[in-house]
This record gives sequence, C-alpha cells and structure tokens, in this order.
Amino acid sequence: MMQYVVRRILYAVPLLLGVNVLTFVLFFIVNSPDDMARMNLGQKHVTPEAIEKWKRERGYDRPLFWNERSPGAAKLTDTIFYDKSVGLFLLRFGRSDNGRNIGADIRQRMWPSLAIAAPALLVGLLVHVSLALMLVFFRLTYLEFWGVALCVVLMSISSLFYIIGGQFVVGKLLQWVPISGYDTGLEAIKFIILPILISVAAGIGSGVRWYRTLFLEEVEKDYVRTARAKGLTEPRVLFTHVLKNAMIPILTGVVVILPQLFMGSLILESFFSIPGLGSYTIDAISQQDFAIVRAMVFLGSALYILGLLLTDISYTLVDPRVRLS
Amino acid sequence: MRTKTVSRLICVLLGLGMLFGCGERPLNDPYPREDDGKNVLYSSFNERPKHLDPAISYSENEYSIISQIYEPPLQYHYLKRPYTLEPNIAEQLPSVVYLDANGQALPEDAREEDIAYSDYVIRIKQGVLFQPHPAFAQNADGTYRYHALTAQQLKRISTIADFAKTGERELTAEDYIYQIKRLVHPQIHSPIAELMKHYIVGMQAFADQVEQRYRSRPQGGTAFFDLRGVALPGVEALDRYAYKVRIRGKYPQFRFWLAMPFFAPMPWEADAFYAQPGLIEKNVTLDWYPVGTGAYMLTENNPNRRIVLMKNPRFHDEAYPAEGEPADAANGYLQDAGKKLPFIDKIVFTLEREIIPYWNKFLQGYYDASSIASDNFDQAIQFTGQGDIELTPAMREKHVKLQTAVTTSIFYMGFNMLDPVVGGYGEKARKLRQAVSIAVDYEEYISIFQNGRGIPAQGILPPDISGHVDGQAGINPYVYDWADGAPRRKSIEAAKKLLAEAGYPEGREPAGGKPLVLYLDTVARGPDDKAMLDWYRKQFAKLGIQLVLRTTDYNQFQQKMLAGNAQIFMWGWNADYPDPENFFFLLYGPNAKVEKGGENAVNYKNREFDRLFEKMRNMDDGVERLGLIQELQEIIRRDAPWIFGFHPKSFALYHDWYYNLKPNLMANNETKYLRIDAARREARQKAWNRPVYWPIPLAVVLFFIFLLPAWLSYRQRMRATAL
Amino acid sequence: MPALFWTDVLFFLLLAMLAALLVYARDKEHLRRPWHKVATNRSGMVSLVVLLAFLLVGVLDCLHFYPAFRDADGRLEYKTEAISVFDWCTMTLSTRDEKTYSAPFAAYAYAREYVRREDGSQRWEYPRLQYGGAHLENPQSQKLGDIVATATSGAGKGLLLWSALCAVLVGLLVRQHRLPWNVCLRRIAQDRTQVPWRAMLITLLIVVMAACVLAELSVKYHVLGTDKVGQDVFYQSLKSVRTGLIIGTLTTMIMLPFALLLGILAGYFRGWVDDVIQYVYTTLNSIPDVLLIAAAILMMQVYMAKHEDEFASLALRADLRLLFLCLILGITRWTGLCRLLRAETLKLREMEYIQAAKALGVGQWGILVRHILPNVFHIVLITVTLDFSALVLAEAVLSYINIGVDPTTPSWGNMINSARLEMAREPIVWWSLTAAFLFMFTLVLAANLFADVVRDALDPRREANNR
Repeated sequence: MMQYVVRRILYAVPLLLGVNVLTFVLFFIVNSPDDMARMNLGQKHVTPEAIEKWKRERGYDRPLFWNERSPGAAKLTDTIFYDKSVGLFLLRFGRSDNGRNIGADIRQRMWPSLAIAAPALLVGLLVHVSLALMLVFFRLTYLEFWGVALCVVLMSISSLFYIIGGQFVVGKLLQWVPISGYDTGLEAIKFIILPILISVAAGIGSGVRWYRTLFLEEVEKDYVRTARAKGLTEPRVLFTHVLKNAMIPILTGVVVILPQLFMGSLILESFFSIPGLGSYTIDAISQQDFAIVRAMVFLGSALYILGLLLTDISYTLVDPRVRLS
Repeated sequence: MRTKTVSRLICVLLGLGMLFGCGERPLNDPYPREDDGKNVLYSSFNERPKHLDPAISYSENEYSIISQIYEPPLQYHYLKRPYTLEPNIAEQLPSVVYLDANGQALPEDAREEDIAYSDYVIRIKQGVLFQPHPAFAQNADGTYRYHALTAQQLKRISTIADFAKTGERELTAEDYIYQIKRLVHPQIHSPIAELMKHYIVGMQAFADQVEQRYRSRPQGGTAFFDLRGVALPGVEALDRYAYKVRIRGKYPQFRFWLAMPFFAPMPWEADAFYAQPGLIEKNVTLDWYPVGTGAYMLTENNPNRRIVLMKNPRFHDEAYPAEGEPADAANGYLQDAGKKLPFIDKIVFTLEREIIPYWNKFLQGYYDASSIASDNFDQAIQFTGQGDIELTPAMREKHVKLQTAVTTSIFYMGFNMLDPVVGGYGEKARKLRQAVSIAVDYEEYISIFQNGRGIPAQGILPPDISGHVDGQAGINPYVYDWADGAPRRKSIEAAKKLLAEAGYPEGREPAGGKPLVLYLDTVARGPDDKAMLDWYRKQFAKLGIQLVLRTTDYNQFQQKMLAGNAQIFMWGWNADYPDPENFFFLLYGPNAKVEKGGENAVNYKNREFDRLFEKMRNMDDGVERLGLIQELQEIIRRDAPWIFGFHPKSFALYHDWYYNLKPNLMANNETKYLRIDAARREARQKAWNRPVYWPIPLAVVLFFIFLLPAWLSYRQRMRATAL
Repeated sequence: MPALFWTDVLFFLLLAMLAALLVYARDKEHLRRPWHKVATNRSGMVSLVVLLAFLLVGVLDCLHFYPAFRDADGRLEYKTEAISVFDWCTMTLSTRDEKTYSAPFAAYAYAREYVRREDGSQRWEYPRLQYGGAHLENPQSQKLGDIVATATSGAGKGLLLWSALCAVLVGLLVRQHRLPWNVCLRRIAQDRTQVPWRAMLITLLIVVMAACVLAELSVKYHVLGTDKVGQDVFYQSLKSVRTGLIIGTLTTMIMLPFALLLGILAGYFRGWVDDVIQYVYTTLNSIPDVLLIAAAILMMQVYMAKHEDEFASLALRADLRLLFLCLILGITRWTGLCRLLRAETLKLREMEYIQAAKALGVGQWGILVRHILPNVFHIVLITVTLDFSALVLAEAVLSYINIGVDPTTPSWGNMINSARLEMAREPIVWWSLTAAFLFMFTLVLAANLFADVVRDALDPRREANNR
C-alpha cells in the first residue's frame, strides 16, 4: 500500500512537469516580458527605461529556457523557466506580477471557496441521491417519466440562467439575503446560502439522472431480486441493498473532486463577489497576471492528481476485492 | 402587528431566526451588526487596487484610497472653481526663485531664456504627526521595536493590525525629501521617474548612483536599502520644517505635481520596517499598508473583500473651508464651515465586481453614493422639457440626489500623421481629415453610448481648464456652424464637398474608382463594443468610405501606437493637473510617439504650433497666455490631427443622508469633508428592505401539491407489494 | 462572389461526411439496426425535426458570399463585407435598426426621449419607433388587431406550406411502400406506422407555422424587441444558431481523429504506446479546462494582433477565433472519449475473433481498421451526440468570462453577457435574456432528447434497460 502510494506520487512528478512546460510555453511564447511590464506599469508616461527596469527587478530579463552566457549548470538554471517553475513544485508560488505573495493569497482565499463548494457538494449529494432514489422507486410509473423529463429540461438550462434568475428573485425581489458579498464566521451564512442553493439547483438535472442510472444498474442485479423474493419491502430493498452497493461508485465519484473543492467556482464566485480562488483566477485572467494563472494551473493539476490517487485508495477501502498493484 | 408575528414565525420555520435576528434588522444587510448606526461611510471598489505606494500608484481607484492617507504639501481647494491650489501641509504656497546659469537670483519677471533653474521653497507646518504605526514603535532604549522581527514574532503576524505596539513621530521636511528620492528607487517603478529625472536637478545622477549601489550591495545583509546615505543635490532640507527643490528651467506646472501623492512625505522607518522579508512573505508591504499623515489611516486591507480606513486620531488641525463658489452657500456646502475635519469615523470600501449587485445595493441603501453606468441611466435620470436632466420619480421618491460635472478628460479619434493617406500636412490630407471630422457625429455617439453624459469637444481643452472658451467664440469653425445660439455640426454635404476637394469624390479613389478604405484601430473589450464598432463604420459610410476595424487588446494597441502602425485610432486623455499645457503637450512635436516614445500619439509635428507651445508652456496665466492658447487651438482645429471627440460628464447619485459631496475632479482627498447622518440612513434602510415573505407559504403549499401524486403512488405501490 | 470562411468549409465537410456515413450504412444490416430503433422512437424523431429546423438556419447562415452591386458608373463591384444567404433572406430584419431598446411588439420606444414636434414644441415622451409598428396610424387601438390578423395570415401560409411538405412526404412513402394513397394516409393519421410520422408531422406543423407567423410578424414588428443599439433581437437569436451549431459539431469533429487514433492505439498496443498516450491525456486532463481555454484564447489574440495583416477583416478574425475556440475546446474534451475508447479496445483485443484474425495473419492495421474501429464506433456516436448540448452550454459560460467567441460574433453567450446588465434596469429589459434562453433551451433540449435516444439504441449494455 505505502509503496503504491509512493510510486503514484512519483508518477505525478512528470505529469506536473508536463503541465508546467505546457502552460509556460503557452504564456511566454505570445506574451513577452515586455508586454507584461507595460501591463503593470500603467498607462501614462511609460518609457522603455521603465520597462527594462521592471523586467530586471522581476527577473524577466533573462532568456526563457537556455542561458548561453552563464557558466555550466547555470545555463539551465539562470533562466525564466527554471526560476519561475521550480518553486511551484515546492508550493512556493512566488510573487504575482503586481508584487503580492501568491502563496499567502491562495491560503487566504481557499476558505471562502471551500465554504461554498463543500456545503454545495454535500447538500447536492443528499438532494440528488434522494431524488434519484425516488425516481427509481417510482420506476415504470408516470411519475418516473415526468421526473426524467423534468431532469432533461433542467439540464438544458444554462447555469448562467440559474445564477441570474436566483440572484434576481431571491436577492432583489424578495430581499431575503444580501445580493452579494462575503463575511467571515457565522455572518458568512447569509452570503453563501444563495450560491449554495443555486449550485444545488443547477446540478439537479444531470445529478439525478446520473445517480438514477447507477441505481437502475443495481436494481437489475440478482441479489436485488433475491432480496425482493425474500419479501423485503421495496423501500427496504432500495435503502439497504441498492443504496449500499451503489455507494461505491458514488463515493469514488465524490472523492475524485474533493481536492478540487478548493479551486472554487469561477462564475458563481464572481457573480456573488465571493473572495475565493475562483474569482482570484478570473481576476488574474482579466488582468493577464500570468504568474497567478500559472500558479493556479499548477495547483489545479496537482489537486486533480491527488484526487485520482485518493480515488484509488478509497476503492481499496470500500471494496476489499480490489488490490493495488 | 399580526404580519409581524407571522413573519417571525416563518423566520423560525426557516431556522434563520437565530442568525439574522428577525426583528428590526433587514435580512439582507451585508454589513456586520456591530457597525449598525455608526458613523461609517460605505463605498466600493470594483477591481483590487494594484498599488497603494504613493510613488507608484497613478490611477483613480488607487487615489481614492491613498489620497485620504498621504498628504502632499499642497491640495486643491475643495469648493472653489476653477480649481485652485491651496496649502495643505505647507504653511503657504511655495515661493519660487528664478536663477540664472550661475545660480544668481533673477527678478520675478525675468525672461524665460535667462532662467536656468527655479528654486521651490516649501515650508511645512510644525507639529504634524504621522499616524500611529508599528514602524515607529520604539523600545525603551530608543531602538526600533519591530525593525528586526524574529521568526518567533512573525508567527503571530498576518496583517498590520497584529502588532501590539504602535508609535508616532513628527513630520519633518526630510520625509518629503525621502519620498522624492524614492521616485527613482531601483525597486520602485514610479511612472513619473523619467519625467522627474528631466526636471529635478541632479535626479538623473542620483538615480544612476543609487542604481550602482543597489547592484553592488552586499548580498544577505538587511533587505532595507537606505536612500538617505546618498545626496540628491537638487533637493535639500533648509531646516527641520523647510525644504527646497531645484527645477531645471522654468516649469510652473511643478506646483501641480506638489499636490499629487508622488510628493507626499514618506518616513524612512516605514521603508525599513516593510523591507523585512518575513513581512513581504505575508503580503504586509508598504504597497498594501500605507503610512501617512492624512485624515484617515488604513487598518484593514483585504483587497479580495474590503479595505477599511479609520479616522487618524493624530490628524492635524484642519477646518472645513469657509468660502467657495457663489452658489455654494445656497446649496448647503458651507453649513459645516470652520468645523474640524474629518467628520466620518470609518470608511469601508467593499469589493463589488458586478454592476448589478452594486446598483441594487445602492438602491437598498447599502452604498451611500453611486456612479451611473449607462445601463441604469434611464432608471435614474430623465430629461426635462427644456433638455435639462433631472432624477426620475422613482429616484426622487427615495430622496436620491444628483451631482454632475464635466470631467477634465477628452476622448478623441486620432489620425496618424505619418500615414500616407490620412497623415501629412498637404491640403488634400487636411481636407480629408476635416471631412471625416464632420462626418463622425459625436453628438449621436454621446446620446447612444453615453446617454448624453458628455459634451462634444470643440477643441482640445475641456471646460474648467483655463483657456477653454464657451459660446460662439469657442466653437471649432471647421466642423461646426453657429446657429440659433448653439453650435451645429456642418452638414454631410459640406463634408462630401471637402472630400471631393481632397481627391475622393463620393469616397472613391481617384485612380480606378475603388472605394477609399481606411483602417481604425481600437481596443475591443466586450459585446457592447460591437455596437460601437458598427456605429463607427456607419459614420464613415456616410461619406462612402469603407472603414476596416482592427481590434486588439490594450497592450497590443499600445505597441502599435509605439511603432506608428495605426492609421486612425481612438484614445483618451485624463488631465494630470488643470493646466492647458497638460493637453497641448499631447500634440507637441518633440513628444512624438514613434520618435521619442512620448504622448503625442498622432505624431503631429507643426513648427508653428511647437513654437507657440513652447512660448505658452511656461508662461504665467494671463491675457497673453489666453491669446496664445486660442492661436494653438486654431492651428490644430484647421490641421485636424484629432477629431476632438467629447468630454465625458460624470454623474454621481447620493442619498439624502450624505452631505458636502461636491465633485472635484482634481482633488481625491474629499472624504475628509464629507458628512453622513447615520440615524437617517438606518431608518431608510429599514424602510426599504422589508423581506417579502408571502412566497414561503406558497412554496410550502406547492411543495405538498407536488408531493401528492408521489404519495398516492407510494401507497398504491406499497399495497401492491403487500399483496 | 462566394466567400470561404474556415468554419463554413469545415461545417460542410462535416455534413458531407455524415451523408457519406449514411450512404455507407444503408446497406449494412448490422449498422442499420440500431438506427432503425432510433427512427421508431417518438421523442427521438420529434427532436430530430426540431434539430433539422435549426440545422436549416445554420446551413443557410454558412453560405457566405460578397454581395455585388453596381457603382455609380454601372460597373459591377463587390462589397468588402461578406454576408450569408441567411442574411440575404432576412435583409428586412437586419437593416431595420431602431435607436435603442424597444419591447417585443412595441410601437413606441422603451425609454422616453426629448422629441421635437413639427410645430416646434419639444416634449419628453416615448417616441414612435422607426420600423416597429410603423405602419399603424394609432398603435394603441390598432396593434392587437393587426398582430392577430398578421399572425393568422402567417399561420395560413404556414398551413399551406406544411400541406405541400406533407404531400411530398406521403408521395415518397407511397412510392417506397407501394401502398395506395388512402391507406398510407390513414395509417399515418392513426399512428400505425413504424416510424412515428404522425408525431413528426405535427412537430413539423408547429415548426413551420411558427416560422411563418414569426416571418410575417417580424416584417412589421420586432417580435422579440430590440437591444441596446436597436438591433432586432429575433434576428440576433437566429444568427446565433450558426455559432451554437458550429461549436457543438466542429469541436467534436476536430477532436475525433485524435481521440479515435490515440484511444485505439493505446488500447491495442498497450506497453509504452499506452504509457505515452495515457501520460498525454492525464496531463491535459489535469489542467483546469477554463484556464487552458483562457490561456489559449489569450495566446491567439496576441498572435492575431501581431500578425495583423493576415487577418484583415473583422469577420475573418471572428471566424478564426470561433474555429480556434472549437479547437481548444476539442483539446480539453478528447481525453474523455479517448479513455473510453482505450478501455473498449482493451476488451476487444482479447476477443476470440480478433485473436483468430491475428492467427490468420491479418496485419495490425487491418485488424484495427476492419475489426476494432467498427466495433467501437457506437461509443463515438454516443459521445458526439451527448457532447453537443454540453458544448452549446459551455459556449455561453465562456463568453461570460470573455474567453468565448469573438464579441462581434452573434452568439447566445454574448447575448446573455450583455443582457446581464439589462436585468438591473427598471422597468426590466427581459427580452434579450428570454430570447437567448428560449432558443438555447429549445436546441439543447432537442439535442439532449435525441442523444438519449441514440444512446439507448446504440449502447449494447442498455438493451436490458430498454423497456
């Protein structure tokens, strides 16, 4: 087990290296350090000298991958690429283009993201699974038909409409919660309740359908028939047998996204001005702050790989038949 | 009474009662309960400020914060118009002594050619204190308490508020000098560094010397790079409370720079304190936590959520102005005359990225003032029969008030004078430019895209800048006629005639008869710009000219301008200071963008214009200068290197608990003059934010109705399986 | 003079491939069988009719040309801005711009304005629209009647058109099945046909009637109002159909070769090939989609700005950006399909008939093309249909963060993006958002329903669940 985990972690290194090279190439091929300097120096009185100075101070005046003029190993290390990406592996994200420490920002901003994403995931899971169970319970009736049809309808609505509509009705017309903003502690509840509701509602269509297929697959299996033949009532069959057995795909599906909860939701956060990592990323994109975008790409990839690893481990935990090799 | 119990019941039902306190407080109040009814000003920012260092920051949203904290020697009078400088920290306006090349003093009316240097002597008030700040905190033995933080100490620190002790210190002239030196600090990228190297005597040499020292500084030592060790010959302290700045030649505009945060005092202790790597790691830097003498001090800076300024307990004595414009007394601006500033205890800037929530919160009373975006314009403003603007009944019902002001900016369309088709100084190219100037109907532009929030520009100078002329004498005769007491754009026929004279009859090339194709470079941001681009195409189509639009992002646009690759482009200028020089220099030959990287983006070069400009530039205001300005205007109106677009108007809405708000486009430190009536605000917020409860029972009923078929099916099924 | 846009060419290429596939599958019984199942499914065929209606608009909007005109001297000239056949058909809609917002079917502007009367007096009032309801003398009293009359006449025309279409269709059926007319008609009317013709014809009736009524009305009114600069929202929504279709289809088309090739190769050869391919797709997969798209779009913008001369016209740029967006969306999406294909191939290669083919000395490529490819193709089809609606929805979200299609390209995402601000108005401007919602919803719903049916028909594992 331990050995397997270590091997998987080592396997992550080339993956992350690949991610890093890719993003680095994407950003630097087109966006020269000159562009970045101009972007950060503002609009008035920007002189070539000022740009040179900015680049020198930020370490952008070196070559990208290969430094001819440096001796020995420094040919590789005295470059922008080495300088800007090695730190990422040690989770040292460095300074953003406008001078702030990215690591500190990320540590601060992941909590609001989590405050929305985690309850949204939990409540969503609860609501979607129970609705799906209901649909399975009522299978072969008109209720199932209309339920599934409703799911397709809900699925066909863009998530933007859920957000715009929810904010408009609950925030503006009914005045139940503040329209946007965030606060720490218990005060946060009034700010996050609407985004959580919206994200649960927006996921109903696809979520319920997905769990329904999972349950239906189980329902057809022999042990369910046996259980029913034993004379168990339908709710009992569903809750004790079907749900329990379907728990494995459900849980592993959840585990893989757990680490990414930190990343937050891009759109929800910017609509509700929640100071999480999602709006951090959006800001960085719109301000073209590539240091932040690079850090977020790296973080996202690392968390994704972590999620895969956790899934594998959780498989062995819930299903002893699976052996890790 | 009954509705109240019902609503209370429902709150309990919702399980929210405990959290929100269902009684008096609106459910949607976004602010913490302990601030209710306090003397707090609520404002917003839509993008986190990039820099709060007075040597770097140069944009409006940054100024709205740091101008409350940092105090340059001079400031603009809050009420008087046209904009007038008055001493702030300075005892009086600086005295200027002209010197010849040998350093001998010259009389005040000396000819400009004779003046080699000007000395500005600034004497500051005594007894002014910096805000309480940990950088000043000292131990009993006089050493600085927090200048060498240990890892142990750092552990408990994440923001500036985490330091137990603060100290304070008297402001001295050295602090002003220190800041001037910081403008060329190797780690600081001041946007005006190059400009000041040119003007302040010895600045260039100082910068080089500092740069050298910085590079050869011992590695691994303290991170604080002390500028005090190097002398800057052009700037010297005369005594503890006075300093002198020596400027090359005559440069009267320097006094305006003295009113900008670039020249605010900076204590060296702050630089030393914030240079500690342990603090930088935690984003506790001078760029985020300013140290100033102003009416407010920054206590919380979470640029991801909110920025909080508190009243500076050590703020020096300053009183609300007792005089202003003639109408000010009637408008209630002088009610607080002579009272000690500031009035408001705390300012909370909240991050608000989207317009909709921002506007809705304003309407709910959670922001005290709001600007108007073009999308909520109709909702707030309407035009009266006389063409004046007024608030809509919905706004008046909420007792909202309106302030308008023409900004000291200009949006223009520039012709690259280096371009073979539209550029050049020949008769034909000039007529082409004039024809296009007539065809691009900025009146329509303003009404469609600005909701009438702007005035068409008749020349380069906005109103409120000396040299701007109203009425018939001030119109651009190449584009407008004077009719019925107002300027009227010349007809499109006149433009077509000019175009034919320019050699493009009906917008066609003389050879081959192909339509003339022109290229417009612009920055496109969102879907709204599409309409604007279509509109521009239509304007040129009126003359039969085909317009090809080339959109880029702002970065590429600037690069293109630098290379001179654009043909026609749109740009704007926002005045640094209220002097005509700050506009005309945009067309001064030696400032050409392509050759010199200056601000003359159209690369206009007219010898006569340059000569007159040089003469006008450093002249003191007076009849002679006004005459020169009119001559300059005439030259550029005729040559038409720009289509003078429009001067935008800023509209501000504010609630009736908000006092003393008078738009002042030059001063940004207006918060100290403002006053609010917190009690009235609270009452209004309560009245405007009554949650609507009736959908809850409705939803419950609907829920059960939907549950009914499920229940019926369930029973049926259970019975079936039971059988 | 025809104008060739990249997306047009690729779109038609895609349609041609689809047609070729149909022709190929016609006389292969085992390929036809699942499609037969689709053809007998009611909701599948109804949504197909709706999808075809959207496709018609999209195809018409993909035929671009430079319109010719006679200049002052009578010489034939071409305009520099290309338009599509669809634009040409709807010239009445696209050219009738009002000044700014107006509500659906309005005859007056949405906001009051400062109007100069003929007698020289000036009033602050709602001005009449330049086009919308301009033919009415007195809109207050006449409008409703006029709308009803126009709609009725449109409905009548729609009915006529529908009858004609029906006649053609029944004629074809009569020829195919060699049945008498009346029998054929009766069977359709009683819904006793294998293919649910009745439901399809009813859907067609609704679509054709709606089209005709809207066409008649939109000449006189702005049926879905106008936007901020007075452009007809109905026209914009229709123009957005092309963007939606292109994103939904081209993306999959672009990613398909990669996913197919790499997925099959990885599954079939295993070993280091598998390792490399798995590495590539895990790497790509681990990058958050939005960030990858944002980076790529920013990159392309900068590239275009630097090589400006190659992208002279705005339309060309917008088109290339659309294509590029498809490309990058494809890159973020091929990994899922690739993984499915790999797993399926892994299973297939152990099958007896493959082993037998190997033993008989059939070449590697022969096995891949002859035996593996046809047997994994159902996965491809299922993924393609399922992805379509997800892609249409994704476009809107990407446009919201300004990394979607070009701001000048009409698209539902752009419409929603600009409509966000309109929600804050008082009275609220609801029509742009509603229009985008309706169109997008209809297309996505139809696509979802169709995809479900296709999946049920093609997926062998689903047989059991098909009741």
